[in-house]
Amino acid sequence: MREFGYQQVSDVETAVATLATSADARYLGGGTNLVDLMKLGVETPELLIDVTTLPLTDISETADGGVLIGAAVRNSDLAANPVIRQRYPAVAQAVLAGASGQLRNLATTGGNLMQRTRCSYFTDVTKPCNKRAPGSGCPARDGEHHNLAILGASEHCIATSPSDLAVALVALDAVVHVREGDSARAVPLTEFRRLPGDRPDLETTVEPGALITGVSLPGLPIAAASRYRKVRERASYAFAIGSIAAAVEVSGGLVTDCRIAWGAVAAVPWRATRAEAMLRGKPVAIESFAAAADAELTAAEPLEGNAYKVALIRNVTVELLAELTGASR
Amino acid sequence: MRITTTVNGARREVDDVWEGESLLYVLRERMGLPGSKNACEQGECGSCTVYLDGIPVCSCLVAAGQVCDREIVTVEGLSDQQGLHPVQQAFIECGAVQCGFCTPGLVVTAHDLLARTEHPTDPEIREALAGNLCRCTGYEKILDAVRLAADRLAADRLADIRAGSSGRLT
Ligand SMILES: Cc1cc2nc3c(=O)[nH]c(=O)nc-3n(C[C@H](O)[C@H](O)[C@H](O)COP(=O)(O)OP(=O)(O)OC[C@H]3O[C@@H](n4cnc5c(N)ncnc54)[C@H](O)[C@@H]3O)c2cc1C
Ligand code: SF4
Ligand code: FES
Ligand code: FES
Repeated sequence: MREFGYQQVSDVETAVATLATSADARYLGGGTNLVDLMKLGVETPELLIDVTTLPLTDISETADGGVLIGAAVRNSDLAANPVIRQRYPAVAQAVLAGASGQLRNLATTGGNLMQRTRCSYFTDVTKPCNKRAPGSGCPARDGEHHNLAILGASEHCIATSPSDLAVALVALDAVVHVREGDSARAVPLTEFRRLPGDRPDLETTVEPGALITGVSLPGLPIAAASRYRKVRERASYAFAIGSIAAAVEVSGGLVTDCRIAWGAVAAVPWRATRAEAMLRGKPVAIESFAAAADAELTAAEPLEGNAYKVALIRNVTVELLAELTGASR
Repeated sequence: MRITTTVNGARREVDDVWEGESLLYVLRERMGLPGSKNACEQGECGSCTVYLDGIPVCSCLVAAGQVCDREIVTVEGLSDQQGLHPVQQAFIECGAVQCGFCTPGLVVTAHDLLARTEHPTDPEIREALAGNLCRCTGYEKILDAVRLAADRLAADRLADIRAGSSGRLT
């Protein structure tokens, strides 16, 4: 591993200014992804700026009845927070479905949103990879891609974002608060991460060096009945091969409002807006749920090794929506 | 740099530490505490689990520079003058130790679980230990050990309450 400097900072301004002084510095959250990638030689920063000592460790209620989660809030504290558990249960469930206790105790909210793909070529520096080494090619398309994207991918990259938390957040209209240079900006999570296109190395729409200061969730009554469901290859401690966060509001047998997002299907936490639009106003019935999932999945471009995900995500969607609404099968 | 921390209740100072080296390395190579094991160094196996300010973490992912003035408890710190902690004793008695590489991490994780949950159910034990991988035992004996330790800790607590003392929490 390359030798690097380590610096603690106590305010946001200093963190951003310090990062700007170096050509190759990174913010350090819990280190559960970054340190890992440094050991593998994928990341080779010369300076780490520790953001866990910033005053961004609170979860506070906001004027609009929502919450603001500080970027340095640990995953385990987020999942244990009573307001989150009550008003945004899918968020707590998503966090608890990820990693292990001793990792969640370290991992931060900001770091979780920024975590890199688990594509096995990306983490192997002896292999080509457009995301790690732009222009070197993408061996995943003809190689190992069983857990890579079925939606929004490009010929240059088919990686998925592995975050569980981001899926629940994007379903519930989360907004990411960032500091870029001297200015603060709020970006809806739906617009925060980029699809690969021809620049898979660019993963967000904010400036390089932007610091996430927090994530806010609006006051959203529907979120109180939200749920997260994750499919993985063993019962615990594995990344999703497909996941969903959803919430449904029903009145007089009709779906009056809904939120649906999918994980492990794209480079971004995938907000299923087509499925939502399709479902609003429809009767609470298995057929409506299946039609909504299918509407979203018309855009799917599965490959040989990950085609199973289309059926998987459709089934888990129907299943969870049925569970949430009590629709009989 | 110089690192000052509290380890297993004692204040420790070490000099000439590179702030980027792992807490696991500092414990094992600089402080002579080889209990925490170095298996994957990537957060995947849990064999390096220690308490940092009372919370279990993978010490292979924590940088030395991050632990100044903080409190660390390793597997070595769980026993006292009276002997092994009930969790440690139960691991021995139940045959939950084969090669032993995963054991220190599992003992710390199980210790944390039982400090928070008096009578964990089997699914709770499984979920709590999910971040600790063992390649030898098949986990059944480990589950036995956690159940045995839970029973003994509960019995100890009851005895303490009957004797009028405040009860052992950890
Ligand atoms: C064995 C293992 C299993 C896992 N399983 C799962 C799983 O099932 N589901 C899941 O969702 N995750 C899983 N994870 C990933 C884990 O959740 C992430 O590693 C973690 O959330 C990252 O948070 P961190 O604070 O440790 O980030 P770090 O590793 O510190 O940082 C990650 C990235 O974010 C950047 N960053 C950190 N903070 C900020 C900030 N405030 N502003 C801007 N950039 C920032 C860093 O520069 C770095 O690029 C697993 C990890 C491991 C090691
Ligand atoms: S899918 Fe993306 S991350 Fe994986 S090898 Fe291709 S370019 Fe790299
Ligand atoms: S050595 Fe730290 S988790 Fe494996
Ligand atoms: S006893 Fe050998 S790894 Fe668990």
